[in-house]
Amino acid sequence: MSWRIAGRELESRLILGTGGFRTHDALAAALEACGAEIATVAMRRIDANASGSLLDVLVDAGVTVLPNTAGCFTARDAITTAQLARAALGTDWVKLEVIGDDKTLLPDAVELVAAAEQLVADGFVVLPYTNDDPIVARRLEDVGCAAVMPLGSPIGSGMGILNSYNLRLIREQASVPVILDAGIGTASDAALAMEAGADGVLLASAVSRAADPARMARAMRLAVEAGRTAFEAGRIPRRLYADASSPMEGVPELS
Amino acid sequence: MTIWVNGQERQLSNSATVADAVEATGAARDGRGIAVALDGEVVPRDRWQQTALADGQHVEVVQAVQGG
Repeated sequence: MSWRIAGRELESRLILGTGGFRTHDALAAALEACGAEIATVAMRRIDANASGSLLDVLVDAGVTVLPNTAGCFTARDAITTAQLARAALGTDWVKLEVIGDDKTLLPDAVELVAAAEQLVADGFVVLPYTNDDPIVARRLEDVGCAAVMPLGSPIGSGMGILNSYNLRLIREQASVPVILDAGIGTASDAALAMEAGADGVLLASAVSRAADPARMARAMRLAVEAGRTAFEAGRIPRRLYADASSPMEGVPELS
Repeated sequence: MTIWVNGQERQLSNSATVADAVEATGAARDGRGIAVALDGEVVPRDRWQQTALADGQHVEVVQAVQGG
C-alpha cells in the first residue's frame, strides 16, 4: 500500500543511502534489487578526477535524489549545505543531519531543531535524522518537519534497534511519517522496525558493505515488505504460557 | 590575486569571477550538479559570471557524492 512524504506518493518503504558502495555498478544493482524510489547523496568538494557520474546512475535508476547534510556539526553549516544541495540538484528536499560527536555520530538535538526550523522557513522539505528521543521528535514535528527519522543505533554500527520502546512512542505520537534511519545490520532489523510501526526504513551500510550488496538489497526489500505487512495484519499478543491451537474437545482416550 | 578554491591557493586574474574559480576546479562548464559558496554564502549558477572575486576570498565548489 502506498504512503506519502510531504504529499509525494511512494510505493517502496525503503530509502537507500548511496554511501559505501565500491562501484557505481554495485550501487545500480542494489537500487534495482531493493526497489527504492529515493536515494540519498552527500555534498562534497568537486573531484574532477572522479570516474563516471553518480547523478547519471541515479537518473538511470529512476530514483529521486535526496541530498543530506552529513559532516555538518552546526546548524549554520547544515543550512548552507542544504542551500548548496538545492542549488546543485534543484531539489528542496533535504535529509538534515547535524552531528554532535565524531565517534558516535549521534545528532546534536539543539542544533538539529534550530536548523530544521530555519530550513522549513526557507521552504525546504526537511527530513531530520534524529535521536530516538520522543520529545526531540515532537519538537521536530512542531517546527514543520515533513517526517522524523530516528536512529536505531549509531550510523554504520549494524546494532539494529537498541530502544524499540522509544521507537514505539515516537510512532504513537507522530502525525508525520516515521522513518527508522541508521543502525540496521541485517534484514530482521528492518522487519522489526516496520513491525514496530515505522512508515519506512533508510539504510546504506547494511547493504553497501554486505558481502553481496545486491543480494542484501533484495533481502531488505523483502524484510521491509514483510514487516509492514505483519504490522498491518496485526500480530497476536505475547503470552507467558501456551494457548493451544488444537481443540481439547474430542481428544480420544487411548490408554 | 589569491583565491582559495576548495582549500587550495590559486592565482586568478584581478578581474576573475566565480565562474573562473569553478573552471579552475576542472568542473564541466555547464555546471550541472554543481553549487558554489563564496565565503560561506551560496552563489546561484546564473550569477557566477557576474560575481567578481576579491583577493583572499574562499570559494567552495561542491557536487553530489555517494553518501548515506
